[in-house]
Amino acid sequence: MTGALGKDLLDLESLSAAQITGILDTAVPLKAVSERKIKKVPTLRGATVANLFFEASTRTRVSFEFAEKRLSADAVNVATAGSSVAKGETLVDTARNLEAMRIDMVVVRHSASGAARFLADRIDSNVINAGDGTHEHPTQGLLDLLTLRERWGTLAGRRVCICGDVLHSRVARSNIHGLRKLGAEVAVCGPRTLLPHGVEEVFGVTVLDRIEAAIEWADALNVLRLQLERMEAGYIPSLREYNRVFGVTRERLERAPRDLLILHPGPMNRGVEIDSDVADGPHSVILDQVTNGVAVRMAVLYLLRGGRPDQAAAAGAAAGDS
Amino acid sequence: MSAPTVLLDARACERTLRRMADEIVERIGGTEGLVLVGIQRRGVPLAARLAALIEQREGGTVPRGALDITLYRDDLQTIGPRPVVGATDIPVDIDGTTVVIVDDVLYTGRTVRAALDELADFGRPRRILLAVLVDRGGQELPIRADVVGKTIAVMPDQLVDVQVAELDGADAVLITAREPRGA
Repeated sequence: MTGALGKDLLDLESLSAAQITGILDTAVPLKAVSERKIKKVPTLRGATVANLFFEASTRTRVSFEFAEKRLSADAVNVATAGSSVAKGETLVDTARNLEAMRIDMVVVRHSASGAARFLADRIDSNVINAGDGTHEHPTQGLLDLLTLRERWGTLAGRRVCICGDVLHSRVARSNIHGLRKLGAEVAVCGPRTLLPHGVEEVFGVTVLDRIEAAIEWADALNVLRLQLERMEAGYIPSLREYNRVFGVTRERLERAPRDLLILHPGPMNRGVEIDSDVADGPHSVILDQVTNGVAVRMAVLYLLRGGRPDQAAAAGAAAGDS
Repeated sequence: MSAPTVLLDARACERTLRRMADEIVERIGGTEGLVLVGIQRRGVPLAARLAALIEQREGGTVPRGALDITLYRDDLQTIGPRPVVGATDIPVDIDGTTVVIVDDVLYTGRTVRAALDELADFGRPRRILLAVLVDRGGQELPIRADVVGKTIAVMPDQLVDVQVAELDGADAVLITAREPRGA
């Protein structure tokens, strides 16, 4: 059973292609649950999930909440944004408190890279990384993969260019690992100041310096959000100049040699990294991404809960029969 | 390991299904509001087969659907790793219809219990019937089949292996020693 997951979902880097494909395959029927009249199945009845968001998030938190509720899990939101406690101490304390409250799963977002792993090593509950610092955001990577696979059938041989602030982006990292494992070619495009040093060798991607080159090369562009504070930090001269040089505009897309898909993890800065008529245009699969986000999170919750390696051995006979 | 015993060969499967199709129509008194829903995986092609037979005999079209009951299993907290989730497809509004749940084998009844719960999330049929190709006994719940192809008492250490042409190449029902099947 190579597709089985371990206790936690912390990143896509450590997953095999079979594990990633297993999650995507599970997301397909789970996506249909959201199209039913009664958008709920009893699968995780009795399981308690704590959504621990140490960083502001609307989309991801709401998406996880929908996923949990549609599987009948009990969801508790622990809003810790703005906490002044030092990060390490907060996590240890939080872990101990959660253990004492007998929860089953934790969804965690934290500004420190490695925070999800830190928590996973200290509690028995399943831990799902909802974004840790600049490290990974695996469920975002999975929903991007599902969105592309829906359109293309397979990712093998397809070309995806990740555009913008790759340096600070956990979305980019999860995408690069997931896409390459499923056989896609990956490029990055953005100002050199916003690309990680040695990105070609470390991540096995191509670097394209001009957005026009990316549009000519790619089957899909994943346009990252440009954090507005990057300008103040001196990574780019101005938002207007960024839009002029790297913005994905309709005029540029019209010169694309083939049908391009446009992805964006949100929230968008319209008029900066992406123009409105692109975001709302025929190439955009941005709302598909949001729909698929609930589906892949349902899949991860379903596959992790109870699917612990130590319990797998006892499965055998029970699973095969009606 | 002893060789499998053939309970039904392809010809016998065909005869049995034809009789089951007739029995379904007889019990309902026609095909008005009839929907056939197969349980994944082998119930799905069986439901399609029964629907086609009923259409041949009675004319009209009989809607058919598929139920994957994985998300409604009562043993999800005790087994692992997670079973693969298949597709559920109920193509019509089932409110007020007569739904016939079709499965290959009736054993513990737990699959049917799950299917009843899942159907209830799609609507409120006027009536629900259960049709199975083989009733092997051993029910653990108060669930009985309305239309049965073949009733046979099978020991717990034996497996009723239903093969259908659509998935397995040919129709057959075999009794084998219990071992996990590849599918």
